Amino acid sequence: MLSGFSGCAAQRAIAPAAAPQTFPHELIAKGAELAHLGNCLGCHTAEGGKPYAGGTPIQTPFGTVYGTNITPDADTGIGGWPLEAFTRAMREGVDRSGRHLYPAFPYDHFTKATDDDIAALFAFIMTREPVKQENRRNTVPIPRTFLGFWKSRYLKTGVYRPDAGHDAQWNRGAYLVQGLGHCGACHTPRNKLGAEKHDSAFAGGEAEGWHAPALNAASPSPVPWTPEALHTYLRTGIADLHAATAGPMAEVVHDLSQASDADIAAIARYIASLDTRSEADRARARDAALERARSALAMRGQAVYDGACADCHNRGRAEQGGALPLPLGTALTMPTPRNLIQIIRDGIVPPDGERGAWMPAFKGMLTDEQLTDLLSYLRALTGQPAWTDVAGEVRKISRGDQ
Amino acid sequence: MKLDVNGLVVDVTAEPTTPLLYVLRDELGLNAAKFGCGLGQCGACTVLADGEAIFSCLTPISVLEGRRIRTVEGLGTAQKPGPMQRAFIDMQAAQCGYCIPGMMVRAQALLERKPDASEADIRGALQPNLCRCGTHMRIVRAAVRAGELMRGKS
Repeated sequence: MLSGFSGCAAQRAIAPAAAPQTFPHELIAKGAELAHLGNCLGCHTAEGGKPYAGGTPIQTPFGTVYGTNITPDADTGIGGWPLEAFTRAMREGVDRSGRHLYPAFPYDHFTKATDDDIAALFAFIMTREPVKQENRRNTVPIPRTFLGFWKSRYLKTGVYRPDAGHDAQWNRGAYLVQGLGHCGACHTPRNKLGAEKHDSAFAGGEAEGWHAPALNAASPSPVPWTPEALHTYLRTGIADLHAATAGPMAEVVHDLSQASDADIAAIARYIASLDTRSEADRARARDAALERARSALAMRGQAVYDGACADCHNRGRAEQGGALPLPLGTALTMPTPRNLIQIIRDGIVPPDGERGAWMPAFKGMLTDEQLTDLLSYLRALTGQPAWTDVAGEVRKISRGDQ
Repeated sequence: MKLDVNGLVVDVTAEPTTPLLYVLRDELGLNAAKFGCGLGQCGACTVLADGEAIFSCLTPISVLEGRRIRTVEGLGTAQKPGPMQRAFIDMQAAQCGYCIPGMMVRAQALLERKPDASEADIRGALQPNLCRCGTHMRIVRAAVRAGELMRGKS
């Protein structure tokens, strides 16, 4: 079967299936799950179009490729394709008539799928509603005959082979990610001829005008991913301490909602393992990111400062009514926010009838939350590490007051 | 943003860092609270936020969303004065009157929190508010009287 790769010639045609095909329900259901895992809809359904009837424009550096009609319509879709032809398309990127398919169809990934999974996908696709809709012409100027050469250089056929160094869950994840999931199609950079650079697998790529971030040690995620966080992210589109899905990935996650939890867990496990940084490095990156996040949160406190404090404290003591510029305040650099809380709440008030430094009391003016924000902001001004549990300290003092 | 002032929720257009005092006077036409020092040192601008006396000259409106603001205008009307207003009229506590709205709302905060506040409590509570034309004794008397009126003593 693989011998045809050496030349640029197209492959032999496969005769259409003789009779309409029927499939057991379980096989169709399994295929449905796999189709969603592979996000088939993404390319094979146009906006507002019928499912799997094609027409979606996919912009490539070489021109626009339109997703094809893969409904079982005999004239315009893949109706009449036997499993053998479907399998060949998935594994070798050749259509039933023997023409090479452009690698916008990620057969370089699908080639890793098992016979069983391809058969299930086939059962699902062949039982979709047939839609009569002509395929749109691609605008890629590269002749299909050239694709034989491309494949001979870049297409490594062969079903996924489990890595004995890892357990079953990891291998399941690797199989789905490298195969039907074709995550690398977006997350791996491509060379000038549009092939994924395997020496920088998952180092970050492009997708429909979006950057698909690196999933390996170069991951730009401020907080490094864990299998648990990835699981939640892929399941729900949002995970604590991480940005929500957007762009093409939002669509992927939407499709993944049809996948089983076990498969999502496996995918998460495998993808997390791509980040090969040491646990210590990952912990350092996480802590630094959380520290920066605390500083950013402190910016909320800046709004309070600008309104309530700046008028005096931005003036400096040289001016009438002016007060100490706050980065110089000792209460800000202490190991605990307690003194600063007391000063802000109760002010600095000289004994009755005596002179002395004076600051108004802000108790009642600021809620506990606003005071907490303000304290975090003031602390950030000093460049010292954030105080821990500022909110708790504020609560303790304000409760004691009542 | 929206502010709840004297029981009315009003839309205000001022910048979030704008002190409440300016919004009350310039945007809402509530002129009871006065600008004295702008530094929280004199108390002429005092109003209530969720029952606590605050310096409205130092309080950016950004921190007041969802909180109940009250001014002297919210304590009663000229036709139907509330007990605090009644007491200040009865005791003729105002001379120039500039500090009076601040004195009234701060005394109001105390009496709402502590209905049986003593004269000593009142003197202590009114400590942050200054009067410079000398009606302190009448102000204290008025606040004591307001407490009596609130407790139902005529």
